Amino acid sequence: MVTVGLTHFLVISTLLFSMGIYAIITRKNAVMVLMGVELILNSANINFIAFSRFGNFGFNGQLIALFVIVLAAAEAAIALAIVLNIYKNLSTVNVDEVDNLKE
Amino acid sequence: MESQFLINTSLYVLFLPLLGFVVTLLLGKKVKSIYLFENLVLILTFIASVLILYNKLVNFPDSKIVSEVEWFGFANTPLFGDISIKLGIMIDNITAMMLFVVALISMLVHLYSIAYMKGDERYNRYFAYLGIFTFSMNGIVLTHNILMMYIFWELVGLSSYLLIGFWFEKKSASDAGKKAFIVNRVGDLGMFAGILILFFTYRTFSFEEIFNSISAGVLPFNSTFWLSVTGILLFCGAIGKSAQFPLHVWLPDAMEGPTPVSALIHAATMVAAGVYLVIRIFGLLTADAMLFIAVIGMISSFIPATIALTQNDIKKVLAYSTISQLGYMIMALGVGAYQFAFFHLVTHAFFKAALFLGSGSVIHAMHHEQDIRYMGGLRKKMPLTYWTFVISSLAIAGIPLTSGFLSKDGILASSLAFANLTGHWLFPITGFLVALLTAFYMFRLIIITFHGEPKDHHKFEHAHESPFVMVMPLVVLATLSVFIWYTPNPINADQGWVLSKWIEKPVLHTPVETRFDFMKPDTEATPENEPIMYSTIYTEAMHHAHYPAMFISLFVAISGILLAFVFYHWKKVNVDALTERIKPLYTFSLNKWYFDELYDKTFVSGTLLLSRALGWFDLKIIDGIVNGAAAATKSLSFFIGNFDRIVIDGFVNLTAYLSGFFGLLFRRIQTGKVQTYIVLVIFSIVILLFIFR
Repeated sequence: MVTVGLTHFLVISTLLFSMGIYAIITRKNAVMVLMGVELILNSANINFIAFSRFGNFGFNGQLIALFVIVLAAAEAAIALAIVLNIYKNLSTVNVDEVDNLKE
Repeated sequence: MESQFLINTSLYVLFLPLLGFVVTLLLGKKVKSIYLFENLVLILTFIASVLILYNKLVNFPDSKIVSEVEWFGFANTPLFGDISIKLGIMIDNITAMMLFVVALISMLVHLYSIAYMKGDERYNRYFAYLGIFTFSMNGIVLTHNILMMYIFWELVGLSSYLLIGFWFEKKSASDAGKKAFIVNRVGDLGMFAGILILFFTYRTFSFEEIFNSISAGVLPFNSTFWLSVTGILLFCGAIGKSAQFPLHVWLPDAMEGPTPVSALIHAATMVAAGVYLVIRIFGLLTADAMLFIAVIGMISSFIPATIALTQNDIKKVLAYSTISQLGYMIMALGVGAYQFAFFHLVTHAFFKAALFLGSGSVIHAMHHEQDIRYMGGLRKKMPLTYWTFVISSLAIAGIPLTSGFLSKDGILASSLAFANLTGHWLFPITGFLVALLTAFYMFRLIIITFHGEPKDHHKFEHAHESPFVMVMPLVVLATLSVFIWYTPNPINADQGWVLSKWIEKPVLHTPVETRFDFMKPDTEATPENEPIMYSTIYTEAMHHAHYPAMFISLFVAISGILLAFVFYHWKKVNVDALTERIKPLYTFSLNKWYFDELYDKTFVSGTLLLSRALGWFDLKIIDGIVNGAAAATKSLSFFIGNFDRIVIDGFVNLTAYLSGFFGLLFRRIQTGKVQTYIVLVIFSIVILLFIFR
């Protein structure tokens, strides 16, 4: 029986983070990109909680994780609104078609 | 009160001719008879001058009347302190007499010209010029300071230029005007330098103040040498104006002007101005300066007399005799015979004016023929002209009963006395020789012109006596050449009123050690710093010299006249054969001692050469420098332009090109796609993480 330690949590969070990055970079759909962002936020949450559990930081980590969840909700709301607006203006949600910044 | 009258009248004398000039010049083209106004003005001037002469001699015989007004002044100038330049009038007896002479002759010349110039296309302008000439001459006579004298002096130069070159269509006339003007300018340069020295030393131009300062012992640069130099420099002006050697060359050429002008310029006014200047500055002449003046006078009396022997132009003979007589006056001043110099100036003015106007009458009658070789026998045709001419010639030759005898005799006697006192015997010897030559050439002129057979019968037939306005001046002037106007004693003028009363004795102001011995004060009785009359020794010596001089001069004059008769009237001597035998001398004299050629070769060609050299210098060197500078600037700008274009613009363009290049390079990165950016950010973060591990 293997004891679950800090390292395992960090490995999971790293995997989550990497998947989030991968999603952000490779997905064409803006919603998928947003989901990548959520993955990254949650990998950070895992880190906070893991360090709060294995380090002597009390409940600070859990509290910040809660805060991040709230933040993520708000962020998702705003980001979805942006995506809607992009769709409204450009008739697409494919991020690789949105290259107006180039000009 | 009375003296105020004199001053006012003298202002009329001065400014009336100017008024005549302005009016005649302005209205000359519109009003054909405006010349009558000019003549009227001159008659008024003459009346005013008579009033002045009378008043001065009767009411103020011994005083100088001075009136001055400040023209402008400067306070606290850096070099001179306070300067006040004054205009002023001074009337002494000499001024009054000179004014009379100038006004009389000018008036007569005006009247004479009415007939002589009749039909000239610039008739009125001619009278206007005569007016300004008279104005300037009166200015010279009246002024009390040397600055004003210099101004009027130059005005005389200008108006003489206008008059001599009056017939400027003739090249020779315009050349003669130019020559007179330029030659005069040479002398004026010296005079101007003299004036500058005087002003630098005394801070004033007034004769009176300068003389007083000299009496008080103030000298230019504190040396008697510079006093002599100043005197000689001022005299240079007289050399030019009075046509003295070596600047005499302009006067014969000036005969190109109308004949009445010659009478005015060469008898009474312009040439007399030089002598008048020396008379005015007499008080500051040292013995050295006087000797210089005497030598110049002697040379100028001799050379022209020899030239006049051979001239064939009636006016040229008179011109050379004028120089010769002026030389007499200058020599007289040089030997200290101040009174006789002025006396001769007056008498000469009358008889020389008569001679010139007489020659004008002849020329008029002969239809502007001036060569005496074509004349002859005119005696019967024009008796009045003939007789006035003879009287004036007797006067210039120095025959008793004429005025010329008195004054010339005085000059010769003083030169004899001078030689006796100082040992300079050349002066009297030359003087008597010139007297001989004068008598000879004057009567040669008379005999060839008026006696004998007419040579040009066509012209002779048409010859006639001149009209009244031309003959009247001749008669007046010839009458004035008789002794009775000057002295009751026909052989000795000393007791006459002119010499004993009218002409003041000269006053010397120079330091005693710079004078001739005989001009030193007689006794210690004369107080220090008093202007000193010159001594009785000289007067006595003159008295002793009087009779010898008179006999010698009478002898030479009569022998001169007789010689002329022997040569030309009775033809006892074959003149042509004689001429042939002394051919070199004859040609030398006929060609005026080659002065013109000499000056042409030296000064004129020298000036031309210098101008040419300077012209070449300007053209090649100065222009070369300018052009070189231009070329250098041009190539420099070309270089700078290229530098700008290639290097500076190159940099700018390179920068632009580089920016463009990098822009092109980096725009690839700016895809505008969020995901690309994120990849880059992550890539960068990974790199940074590796660096700052």
